[in-house]
Amino acid sequence: MSLSDTFKGLTKSAHAVSGLGERIGDLPRVSRWSLIALFIFSLYLMPWWPEVPVLGWLVDTPGTSFEGVITDKVVIYVLVALGLNVVVGLAGLLDLGYVGFYAIGAYVVGILSSQHANLPWLVCVPIAVIVSMIAGVILGTPTLRLRGDYLAIVTLGFGEIIRISANNADWLGGSRGISKIAKPPNIGPLKFGVLDAKPYFFLGLTVIIITVFFLRRLENSRVGRAWNAVREDEDAAELMGVPTFKFKLWAFAIGAAIGGLAGTLYAGKVRFINPSNFPLQLSILFIAAVVLGGTGNMWGAVIGGAVVGWMPERFRGFADKRVFVFGVALVLVMVFRPQGLIPRKIRKERWLANWKQRESEGGEVARG
Amino acid sequence: MKSLATPSTPTRSIYRTFWDLTVTGIALGAIYALVALGYTLVYGVLRLINFAHSEIFMVGTFATLITATNFLGIPLLEAGNYPYRTGFTLVAILLACIVGGMVVSGAGAVLLERVAYRPLRGSGEHVGAVVLAFASAFTASLVFTETTRTNVIIGLIGTAPLAVLYLRIFRRGRQAPRLAFLISAIGASTAIAEAVAIWSPRDREQYQTPRVLEKKVLFEFLGTEVRIDYVLVIVGALLMMTALVLFVNRTRLGRGVRAVAQDVETAKILGVNVDFVILITFLLGGVMAGAAAMMFTLVYDQTRFNIGFLLGVKSFTAAVLGGIGNLRGALLGGLVLGLGENYGAAIFGGQWKDVIAFVLLLVVLMFRPTGILGESLAKARV
Repeated sequence: MSLSDTFKGLTKSAHAVSGLGERIGDLPRVSRWSLIALFIFSLYLMPWWPEVPVLGWLVDTPGTSFEGVITDKVVIYVLVALGLNVVVGLAGLLDLGYVGFYAIGAYVVGILSSQHANLPWLVCVPIAVIVSMIAGVILGTPTLRLRGDYLAIVTLGFGEIIRISANNADWLGGSRGISKIAKPPNIGPLKFGVLDAKPYFFLGLTVIIITVFFLRRLENSRVGRAWNAVREDEDAAELMGVPTFKFKLWAFAIGAAIGGLAGTLYAGKVRFINPSNFPLQLSILFIAAVVLGGTGNMWGAVIGGAVVGWMPERFRGFADKRVFVFGVALVLVMVFRPQGLIPRKIRKERWLANWKQRESEGGEVARG
Repeated sequence: MKSLATPSTPTRSIYRTFWDLTVTGIALGAIYALVALGYTLVYGVLRLINFAHSEIFMVGTFATLITATNFLGIPLLEAGNYPYRTGFTLVAILLACIVGGMVVSGAGAVLLERVAYRPLRGSGEHVGAVVLAFASAFTASLVFTETTRTNVIIGLIGTAPLAVLYLRIFRRGRQAPRLAFLISAIGASTAIAEAVAIWSPRDREQYQTPRVLEKKVLFEFLGTEVRIDYVLVIVGALLMMTALVLFVNRTRLGRGVRAVAQDVETAKILGVNVDFVILITFLLGGVMAGAAAMMFTLVYDQTRFNIGFLLGVKSFTAAVLGGIGNLRGALLGGLVLGLGENYGAAIFGGQWKDVIAFVLLLVVLMFRPTGILGESLAKARV
C-alpha cells in the first residue's frame, strides 16, 4: 500500500465520520436517542479520559492538568467557535474581532460582580449576554453595509479598540485588570472552588449542549435558510426578497451573544481578567478554529474549537515550539483539506438530495 | 511597537509640535505605505488578504540586520560610540542593507506564494511540495526529539517521499474556498514569526541594529528641525513607489498584472501566464516590504520577531483606507494613517494611538465604503 493510498484511506474515513450523523439519523428513535445520551454521558466523563489506556496516552496533556485544559481552553474555544460559526460559517461574514465580544462578556461580569457592584455571577450572565448582543448590533449597524474584506479589517479594529480601551480606562481596571470576580453558585454536590476544575467543566459542557441544541433549531429555521442565501449570493438573496441587512445583523448579534457567554464562563473560572487576556491573536485563533473544523458546519466548529484549544497543550512537551507546530499544521490542513476537517459539502448534498426527493414527490418545496 | 510611538511630547501640545508631528507622521506613513503596497498588489490580483505579508516585512528587518553585522562586519558599538560612517562608505552600507532586505523579502514572498497559496489555487508544483514536505517532516520530528540537528536530518529524509505524495495530491488541482487562503496565510505567518523566535540566536529578545547613520538635523522647516533619517525614508519611499507605478503602468509585465487584476479568465485566454504574473506580484510586494524594513531599522534601530504583526495590521488598514487594490491609494492611506495617528496621539495621548487608527478607518469607510480613492488596480487607473 503506497503512501497516497493511505492518504486516500484517511480521507475516506474522515468522510465516513462526517456521514455518521446521517446513519444515526436512520436508526430507530429509541436506539438513536440512547446513542446520543451515551455520547453525551461520555463527554461528561472527559475529566477521567486520561485514565483510559489508549485514549489517555492520546489526549493527556503533559505538564499541565488535563482538567484545567478542558475547562480553560477546550470548553471556551468550542463555545466561541460555535458562536463565530454563526457569523462566519452560516452568514458568511468575516469577523476578525470576535475577541471583542468575548472580552465584553468577561468585563461585564467583572464590573458587576467585583469592580463596581457585588451582584452574583448568575445575575451577571444574562446582563453580560445582552450587553454583548447590543455591542454586536452597535458594531454591526454601521459596518455590515461593508462587504467582505472591508468588514474583516473593521471588525479587527473593533477587537483592538475594546482591548486598548479596557487597558486605558481606569474605570475598567486599567492594565491591572479586575480581580475577585464572582464564581458560579454551588449546585448541590457541585462546589465551584479553586482547586477542582471539574464543576466548571460540567457547567461549560452543559452550556455548550444547550447552545448546540439552540443553534440546530436556528439553522433549520427560516433564519438559517436566510443566512444560507446571504452567504451564497447576497445580491440574489436581496433580489428574492430576503432582508439581507436584517439577517446579517441577527447573525452578528447572536454570534456576539454566544461570544459574550463564553466570556462570562471564562471570567467565572479564572476570576481575574486583564486586557492582555484578550489579544488580537486570540481572534485569529478563533477564526482558525472555525475554518479548521469546517466552515458552516456546527460539528466542525466543535471539533475545530477543541483541537485549537487542546493541541498546543498536548504538545507542551516541546514548550516554546508548539506555536510553530500549530502554524505549520494550519497550512498543511488548508493545503490538503481546504474545506476543513469536517466539510459542509456532504450536508449540502444531503439537503439537495432531500429537496429533490420532495420535489419529485410533488410536495411543497422551500416555502417560507 | 512601543518604539513606533510619537516622540514623547506632553499631551495636548499639538500646537507647539504640529510640524514636528507632521514630519514624523509622514515618515511613519511612508513606511506604512510601502508595506501597504504589498497588500494592495496581492489583493488587486488575487482578492486575497496576504496576512503573512507582515512577516515578510519582519524577515526583511532581520535581513538588513544580518547584512550590516555579519556581511559588512559593523559592530553595534565602537569604543562606546555608535559606529557612524560618512560619505561614500555610508551610502554603500545603506545600499547594501536595502538590497539585502529587498532580496530576502522578495524571495520570501515568492516562496510564501508557492508554499502557502499556490497549492490552494489548484496549481501547486514541486517547490511548494518540497518545502511543505520538509516543513511537515521537520515539524513531525519535533514531537519526538528536540535536538535541532536531528530534526533537520529527519526533515531532509522525509522530504523526498512526502514531496512525491504531495505532488500527487496537488495534481488533483482543486480550487480552495477563499477562507482557506486566509487560514493558510495565518498559519504561514505564525510559523515564520515563531521560526525566527525559536531559531535565532537571541530567541524572543529584541535586536539592536547598528546605527551607521548619524541622525543629524538636516534643515529647518517652519521652525521644525528635520532629521536626515526622516528625509531619507520619505525620499526613498517615494522613489520606490514611483518605480513601482512606472513598472505596473509602462512595462509589458505590468500590463500582465493589470490584466489579471481585471479578469483572470480572460487574461488566461489572451495568453497571459497567470501563475507567473502572480509570482511577479508577490515579488514586487516583497521587494517593497524589504525596502520598508530597511527604512524601519534606519529610523528605529531595532527589530524583533513580532514587530510584523501590528505594523502589518496598520499597513493593511492603510491599504483599505486608501482603497485596496489601488497603488496611489496605498500611498495616500499610509500618509493619512501616519499623520492621523501622530496628531491623534498628541491630542488624546499616546496610549490611544491604535484606537485612533481604527476609528479613522471606520469613519472613512462609513462615508466612502471602498476607501478614499476606491478600488482601481483593475481599472488600470494606477
